[in-house]
Amino acid sequence: MSEVGPTIAPADLVPAVAADVRRGRRLAALVALAEPDDSTSLLVVLAGDSTLEVRRTELPPGVRTYPAISVEVPSAAWYEREIHDLFGLVAQGTGPLEPVVLPRAPASPHPMSLTPPSTIAGIQPKPAERARGEGVFTLHYGPVRSGVFESIQYLVETVGEEIPHLGVLVHHKHRGLEQRFSQLAVPDAVLLAERVEGTAAVAHALAFSQAIEELGGVSPPRPAGLLRVVHAELERIATHLDSVIRHTEGAGQAVANARMSVHKERILRLRAQLCGHRFGRGVVIPGGTTGPPLLEPTAALAAVAELETPLRADLDALMATPSFLDRLAQTGWLDTSLAAAHGALGPVGRGSGVANDVRGDRPYAAYPELGFVPATATEGDALARQQIRVEEIEGAVRLIRLALVELAGLPDGPWSVPVRAQDGTAIASVEAPQGELLYVVRVDSGRLIRVKPRTASFHNLGLLPRAFAGDIFTDFVFIEASFGLSPAGVAL
Amino acid sequence: MPWVLRGLRDGIVTTRYPRRPDDYGPTFRAAVSLRPGSPAGLIDTEAGLCPTDAIRSGDETPGALRVDRARCIVCGRCVARRPDVFQWDPTVELAATSAGALVVPPDPDLSLDALRSEVGRRVGALRRSVHIRHVDAGSDGSEEAEIAALSGPIYDIERLGMFFTASPRHADLLLVTGVGTAGMVDELLRTYEAMPEPRVVVACGTDALSGGLVGPTYSAGDGVGRLVPLDVLVPGSPPSPFTILHGLLLALGRLPRRRGPR
Repeated sequence: MSEVGPTIAPADLVPAVAADVRRGRRLAALVALAEPDDSTSLLVVLAGDSTLEVRRTELPPGVRTYPAISVEVPSAAWYEREIHDLFGLVAQGTGPLEPVVLPRAPASPHPMSLTPPSTIAGIQPKPAERARGEGVFTLHYGPVRSGVFESIQYLVETVGEEIPHLGVLVHHKHRGLEQRFSQLAVPDAVLLAERVEGTAAVAHALAFSQAIEELGGVSPPRPAGLLRVVHAELERIATHLDSVIRHTEGAGQAVANARMSVHKERILRLRAQLCGHRFGRGVVIPGGTTGPPLLEPTAALAAVAELETPLRADLDALMATPSFLDRLAQTGWLDTSLAAAHGALGPVGRGSGVANDVRGDRPYAAYPELGFVPATATEGDALARQQIRVEEIEGAVRLIRLALVELAGLPDGPWSVPVRAQDGTAIASVEAPQGELLYVVRVDSGRLIRVKPRTASFHNLGLLPRAFAGDIFTDFVFIEASFGLSPAGVAL
Repeated sequence: MPWVLRGLRDGIVTTRYPRRPDDYGPTFRAAVSLRPGSPAGLIDTEAGLCPTDAIRSGDETPGALRVDRARCIVCGRCVARRPDVFQWDPTVELAATSAGALVVPPDPDLSLDALRSEVGRRVGALRRSVHIRHVDAGSDGSEEAEIAALSGPIYDIERLGMFFTASPRHADLLLVTGVGTAGMVDELLRTYEAMPEPRVVVACGTDALSGGLVGPTYSAGDGVGRLVPLDVLVPGSPPSPFTILHGLLLALGRLPRRRGPR
């Protein structure tokens, strides 16, 4: 699925990537790898219409700088900052690299070196304030704030109503997962993948497993591929409903809020009936799935049919409720050309006309045969992103039904094949509820030496401050909910 | 007004727990326990049986197996590999007031009722109306989803006089999730110190109890127990809303005097 081209010199990296982007490639990730000989590799992952390509350069031992890619391709900026936090490498030519996931004290060690330190001296970052003018002040919103939220801090620069600039701090819940991954064997690492983003556990297990399967040269059996689709799409419904619930709460739609909460609970209970876990953990493993569904496919089909009709009726009613739609229309507008240039992912991108969806572009599991058409809209506001999610819930029900029908007609199993990862580097991708999820996995001497999850939330984060043009404080809840970022998946 | 009628459509969906057991409990793989009469001495022969070392032999009686639910991430590997020894436990009332009480089978010396009444006495003044402040100290996000469900119509904790509050100054109960990340230490302590006495702390989820599979790392702790004094421990990865609710009721000394729901 991914092609690693020849290694190019660090000085040639920026022109090469800029040329790739000019011919229509999308910068999907910038990932650093510490090599056994103390050199460092930089991988630039570029997505075409149906391919992933990799540009690779190598920094010799002792070289701690590289030319900044963000000078030519601005969407690389957050990756350069993250690499500075975790590897201590400095992207040159782009100004100071503000910390993202790990604000380190000056000269303190970086965690992703070959002999990682057990503790790191942290500091409280003080990002530069951007907005200027009379009466502008900065409101520190979070990480502990009203309601039950994951920890994330917004620096809201405002004059009281309008928000001329928004800063986002995500380091509070940095858990050091990338270092943790490399201490684990494959069967345990897939369990950690399920805990990177709790609301996308199936997607993470799937992306990690696909990378291991690529290194092992195996494909999971057909029944496992179908069961993977069932769980991945149930996860999409649950996570999209979570976003809908946040919207209805913000808009004061009490009945809709209650109804959607009930629908979501029923989805979680169906997932638990299928696998014993409300978030689908313990289903996907490298090589297939842990076993058959606990519920017969025909019984699961009946359960889906029972859920679907009232859910669809409520979603239709909600999307025809003017007092709800008015709050979302023209709120949180994300410019289509900005979204395209940044390569916006998931419902955020698809709401602004960027039609990438891994299920259609680089189909995996059982998606190639089930058929898939991505939902798109061009309005670019919170309503468009909401509309995408509603359509994707309906699409997910269709995919689940097709997969269950086929499962019902197949013999029971096999559910997995043995897989032994060969040494090498693999990049796998799936469409998580939040958008394209990449896993870069490096195996050396049979051990995992690098596992890098790149979540859609991380890639999209830089766009969030750009969606506040002309919006005021009371719109905040809709912009945040419609982006649907997972702080756990950003901070890792 | 279509939504008014929609709101009436399904009647009452709210659980009657804790007054009555809820049928959903037994359908759910909430925890692992030992099968009665299971063979001893398993640990020596089974490497990699548990990714978080939640299974260990007893210290005082060599060879006697114990499952530490504060460490268990409910992955089910032990049940799949050794169904003769381990089994799924459908109990959702899993919360406890001490780490020792989360080890199964329990130590016979442990007096649960004594521990329970101690917390109950301290929070006696809060009984009718309790305000909860949640803090995420490095979770994966799934605990927040389950806590948020408590406000929905099915679990509806407001019927029990429990409310989520914005300000720690109004809060009686601190509900903490996550492994305890370096970046949240100061924020967690500030929140705790801003709360008026008497205050209760409930740690929610295996990550918060022991670090689970995640901690410790250079940036994550082995749970939040070193940061704030814990009154109630709620195991699970994540704990289901019923288990969280059980933990809240346990913290407030408001559990009915019966065993269940099974």
